[in-house]
Amino acid sequence: MQFIQIQEVTKAYANHLALNKVSLSVPKQTIYGLLGPNGAGKTSLIRIINQITAPDSGQVFIDGELLHAKHIAHIGYLPEERGLYKKMKVGEQALYLAQLKGVDKKVAEKRLKLWFERFEIMGWWNRKVEELSKGMQQKIQFVVTVIHEPKLLIFDEPFSGFDPINVNILKEEILRLRQEGATIIFSTHNMSSVEELCDNIALINNGNKILEGSVRDIRQQYRTNTFEVHLSNVSSFFDEALPNGFHLISKTASGSDEMNVLIQCDPHVKANDLLSFLLPFGQIVSYKELLPSMHDIFIQQIESQNIKISI
Amino acid sequence: MNKTLLILQREYLTRVKKPSFIIMTFLGPLLMAMLMIVPVFLATLSDSGIKKVAVLDETDWFTGKFENDENYIYTYVNENLDSLKAKVLKGDYNTLVYIPEPELNIPVNAMLFNAKQASLSLKSSIRNTIKTEVENRKLLSSGIDPEVIKSSKTNINIQTIKLENDGKESKSYTEVDVALGLITSILIYFFIFMFGALVMRGVIEEKTSRIIEVMVSSVRPFQLMMGKITGIALVGLTQFLLWVLLTLGIYSIFALIFGPEAVSQLPVGNNMMGQSLDSGQIANNAQINEIFEVIHSINFGVIIFSFLIYFIGGYLLYAALFAAIGSAVDNEADTQQFMLPVSIPLILGIILSNFIVNNPDGSVAFWLSMIPLTSPVIMMVRIPFGVPYWEIALSMALLIMGFIFTTWLAAKIYRTGILMYGKKVNYKELWKWIRYQ
Repeated sequence: MQFIQIQEVTKAYANHLALNKVSLSVPKQTIYGLLGPNGAGKTSLIRIINQITAPDSGQVFIDGELLHAKHIAHIGYLPEERGLYKKMKVGEQALYLAQLKGVDKKVAEKRLKLWFERFEIMGWWNRKVEELSKGMQQKIQFVVTVIHEPKLLIFDEPFSGFDPINVNILKEEILRLRQEGATIIFSTHNMSSVEELCDNIALINNGNKILEGSVRDIRQQYRTNTFEVHLSNVSSFFDEALPNGFHLISKTASGSDEMNVLIQCDPHVKANDLLSFLLPFGQIVSYKELLPSMHDIFIQQIESQNIKISI
Repeated sequence: MNKTLLILQREYLTRVKKPSFIIMTFLGPLLMAMLMIVPVFLATLSDSGIKKVAVLDETDWFTGKFENDENYIYTYVNENLDSLKAKVLKGDYNTLVYIPEPELNIPVNAMLFNAKQASLSLKSSIRNTIKTEVENRKLLSSGIDPEVIKSSKTNINIQTIKLENDGKESKSYTEVDVALGLITSILIYFFIFMFGALVMRGVIEEKTSRIIEVMVSSVRPFQLMMGKITGIALVGLTQFLLWVLLTLGIYSIFALIFGPEAVSQLPVGNNMMGQSLDSGQIANNAQINEIFEVIHSINFGVIIFSFLIYFIGGYLLYAALFAAIGSAVDNEADTQQFMLPVSIPLILGIILSNFIVNNPDGSVAFWLSMIPLTSPVIMMVRIPFGVPYWEIALSMALLIMGFIFTTWLAAKIYRTGILMYGKKVNYKELWKWIRYQ
């Protein structure tokens, strides 16, 4: 079941093409990573979904319906550039922004109290935003983004400005929101969080989609058939004796009889053959395939397009 | 609840609750009242204590010419100057007037000796006495009787009467019309600038604090802009209303304490009478009648109604432009290049209003009161003199069309501008934004 369907969306600004016939589909109740270097067109796409701007051509469907003004109430958006009214009190402001999303004042107040208690920030209710630290403001902004219990959440770099402890709290909250039924679009440069959180991703560059799919499939697709083996009690040397189809990439000895080896296999050979070959040489402590990280795939894909990137 | 209404409510409440708003609201009328009351109050204070003035007249021209009044008692003395000075220092006299023997037969010099600083009023009254006497003597020596001159001085009283279509004749008071026209147009001018700037700053604040992207993901930019403009309009109206009420309140308290006579001495009271009263004079029956006649001659219905329309219409027209300017820049320092062309029509209007009062029915006055950019200021100058209703109606209709147009234009700039950062915007760029779909 696709929650968001983007069909051939094109958006041109005065002197450049921000989006060129981009099509995406985001399955319901998943976390979808929107990746790409700066200026790739991610923000343009996000703004189109948020109905801040309209596409020149193409369509966006939410839950099977053509994007419409009423959907605004079902979308929660955390922009990359955070902002709140500095002179306004925290509680008052959160209530105001919730009401603008169409939540009744009393309901908003009840929900806000729950969130404030969960984040242990109840004491900030009557303080002005400008009195809070940047991290504190980020928390408020997060609460404001989810307060109307949107079906679609769009987070643009949600972890920037948070300390590691708060990043973990936020990750848990994001996973919990998905658990509760929300579909989440997640735009970031932080690839480790993509691997950790995202179910699917799309890679956009220069207004074009260059890659889309589930994180697992993509990593499989870009696998290099490289295996990492850790051996102990190594009895003898074996590199010359590697069978056909296996190539030693590196070998590092650690301690007197421990060894770490990277071996690449040709596509047609079976990984188990390598294991059985290695068994006599020592005790195998670990044996795993090295899948490329999203970070590597990202850089490789962008660079292969000969684009200068600045992450 | 309607989103525009929610925005309006926030814009209104946050501003009205600000300490600066509350201070301005109470301080404004208080300062105004001070300006009017303090001089009167001081005048009543200075009445206390009669001052003794010694006159040492070496010319003998002025014997008996200095007349005692409620403040000063003149004593003619013939003593040594130094001993008189000593007496002034001792406090026997407050002031010594010394008119020395003239060099060329005509006394033109006098000296005032005081223990403290001499008062201006005393100085000018002594100067007048000496001047009159010297002039009289000069006239006499040329064979002219000063009495002839005196009796030839005449006060001319011109009554202006307005003829109306239905054959009615009503007394009109040009000075009052001028004052009313200028005051109302200046009020509109200040209101537009003060609160238009507030709109602009509000937009810039939303842009620099980056709340704007959150806002436009919840509401349409047009709703945000209109909520802000109308919210601030209500702030302005609230402040204006409170000023009127507070000023009236202070006035009536003042009247209760000092009595109606003091009120008639207030500078504003004098202006209303078209400077026909001297500030020291006490209102008598004839003058009270005149005040009533003046008030009667003013068409308050038309003036108040048009004031409100031009007040609000002019504000809306300019506030939309100010909002567009705010959206196009990143900080207040960059607003200058756009502020100038927007403010020129208003400033021109206020400068020209001084000429318009001399010729309120001329063609310049007519056209400027039709162009929506200047009509709020210029039409208010003209209305107290009487303007045909069709002109007022046409001008108001044009004003409404004008503000619909500027709002439409501003909305186009605003919606692109608020999301644009770090770009030096020029007119070419603005034109491009207007043409965006």
